[in-house]
Amino acid sequence: MVESGDRRYGPAPLPQPRGPVSAALHDALTSAPHDLPADLASEFDGVDPIDDEDLQLTLFLCYELHYRGWRGVDDRWEWQPSLIALRSRAEAVFEAAVRVLAGPQPPLLDGRMASALAAVVAADDGPALSAYLQRRATHEQFREFVMHRSIYHLREADPHSWALPRLGGPAKAALVEIQVDEYGGGRLDRMHAELFRVTLERLGLDTGYGAYLDAVPAVTLAGNNLMSLFGLHRRLRGALLGHLAAYEMTSSLPNRRYGRGLRRLGLDEAATRFYDEHVEADAVHEQIAAHDMCGGLVRVEPHLAADVLFGASAALALDRLFAAWTLNSWQAGRSSLRPHGPGAPITLHVDELHRATGSETASLMTGLAC
Amino acid sequence: MTSTITPYEDGPLIVRGDFELRTPDGTSIAPGRATIALCRCGKSAINPFCDGTHKMINFRAGADRDTPKPR
Ligand code: FES
Ligand SMILES: [Fe+2]
Ligand SMILES: [Fe+2]
Repeated sequence: MVESGDRRYGPAPLPQPRGPVSAALHDALTSAPHDLPADLASEFDGVDPIDDEDLQLTLFLCYELHYRGWRGVDDRWEWQPSLIALRSRAEAVFEAAVRVLAGPQPPLLDGRMASALAAVVAADDGPALSAYLQRRATHEQFREFVMHRSIYHLREADPHSWALPRLGGPAKAALVEIQVDEYGGGRLDRMHAELFRVTLERLGLDTGYGAYLDAVPAVTLAGNNLMSLFGLHRRLRGALLGHLAAYEMTSSLPNRRYGRGLRRLGLDEAATRFYDEHVEADAVHEQIAAHDMCGGLVRVEPHLAADVLFGASAALALDRLFAAWTLNSWQAGRSSLRPHGPGAPITLHVDELHRATGSETASLMTGLAC
Repeated sequence: MTSTITPYEDGPLIVRGDFELRTPDGTSIAPGRATIALCRCGKSAINPFCDGTHKMINFRAGADRDTPKPR
């Protein structure tokens, strides 16, 4: 329980609860580790787990204990058995929903992992959020996008580092080659998380770790929870590497668009550096990730091929949901963030959503999400 | 000075190790990272580095030496 005045690196303060389970967990975390009520998980209300604010926040509360912890929360909660039991119940429904969403995986032809991954990426036909950000987004919309992304980018690469001790041989070497670059070759000012902090600063946003947790909706938390789910289960190491590969393989082109969008809005080179850097870095990373890392993994553990493709599909599927959520909100003239202030309800008008997914979105569809 | 240059299928040349990238007049080009990708499709907007454009133009190239087919 280290209290530090520096909010940049965490721990973040506990976010506000979003339902009965996250409320009970939130309350419990403010006192010394103790047993949670055994039937707590039965209070999840059974809506789509990916959209379930209470479930996604509960997972995030549990997972963060393995990253930077929570401000004022006893670190021993990390392995408290009843908390792990609650987490497992939430993970089971979340994983099942993600598997349905990701759909069946294509067969691997003569062990050609890189081509199978390329096929998964090429089949991705989500709404092109990047094209919208490049050409049309307002300053305020771009800020919103950056607030959503801050949850991940301020700890960029961390979830995939969980794979390191679980691998040996060529796949490990490849992952290290990527991660070294993500962490700026060990130079703080080049770390991707730090480049992102500069972008936040330039946009006049809070650069504190987890500063926008209360503002981001379930779909944003879900994307982050997916990486933690894959990262914290050795059984899902194939999915973790597939997830990283999908991110790297769909990065260079959208990042070029994000950079252009920011320049269109009059932001300077310091603000766009994070995106410009990713155009170049991820063109390298995607080759290493697909061929050396995932290819290397399935040469040693061929039975993990389907998991790798599942991880990649899952990453893209959740990103599609995020893009749809964001574009739909903007097209309906709403913010894509949760209303500010503790406990403010978020209302999703289904009819509005349907109207918004009409012609406007269709014209923004492109072949690739990247 | 040891370095390797590897053609990746349908993509760039990946350069690793101890290398220096120079313009023809000898000026150094900052590589920005330890491992770099050099464009070989000719369409990158950040030459000499790859920026992923090869995927948009369906660039095809093998990962080994091509041998000309007999006519
Ligand atoms: S080889 Fe990648 S852009 Fe040319
Ligand atoms: Fe990065
Ligand atoms: Fe990367």
